[in-house]
Amino acid sequence: MTKLTLKTEGDRYVVVSRRFAAAPEAVYRAHIEPALIKKWMLGPEGWTMPVCINEARPGGKMRYEWANGEGRSFYLTGEILKLEPHDRIVHVERMHLPDPTPDNHVETTFIKDGTGTLMTMRMTLPDAETRAAMLKTGMEHGMEASYARLEKVVAAPA
Amino acid sequence: MPTLDAAFSALADPTRRAILARLALGETTVMELARPFEMTQPAVSRHLKVLEGAGLIARRIEGTKRPCRLAPGALASIDKWLAMLRKALAANYDRLDGVLAALPPKKQPVKRKDKR
Repeated sequence: MTKLTLKTEGDRYVVVSRRFAAAPEAVYRAHIEPALIKKWMLGPEGWTMPVCINEARPGGKMRYEWANGEGRSFYLTGEILKLEPHDRIVHVERMHLPDPTPDNHVETTFIKDGTGTLMTMRMTLPDAETRAAMLKTGMEHGMEASYARLEKVVAAPA
Repeated sequence: MPTLDAAFSALADPTRRAILARLALGETTVMELARPFEMTQPAVSRHLKVLEGAGLIARRIEGTKRPCRLAPGALASIDKWLAMLRKALAANYDRLDGVLAALPPKKQPVKRKDKR
């Protein structure tokens, strides 16, 4: 698969794209169905998502909670603004670290690309203060250590 | 992580970001920097002091001038945040590849109208 590309656009946006082997319908579903989301939206090794709520409809709420099994946790809340099966999802989200970060407006599109899908996610770049807080939280959560492990360990789910 | 915090607040100001963008082109004196920004030299100097305190620029003494340049690794802190985001997303999407591969295939044969 093509690797992820991530670039900043102006000083307000981050644009991420990646290609998947599956059809847009499947990739779209994996972004809104809790049973599927819980399997992959986990960040670094060692984290799970004990709570995953996604009321997949415009105006529906989202709540994702992550935990690392060592007493560390944080969560995200959000609202779905637009759902266009299987092309586009627009939602707004914020992390609670535990103080809420400013709203991150996210537009995710799924475009048929041969037999696969090109997914593009355009999100608001958090302000400097929020980035600093997220980075700090990341460090506290030992993400760096997890990443180092990740490079050595071949997926061994707990 | 005091330097990181300082770097982020230093970068929160658009003038300071513009100064950094100018310095990315090469070493410059305060006077040369002040010109395009329509600012007084003391005002530019104040911004430079903040940037220097955050470890984003380095200055040297050359006679009466104190030319400044981008510090090596100046933007590393933002890069670090983006790198962390990239790693988290890369791990997620690698897992998603597996999730998608395990989904029951329902392709062309099944043609349903699921417009809601």
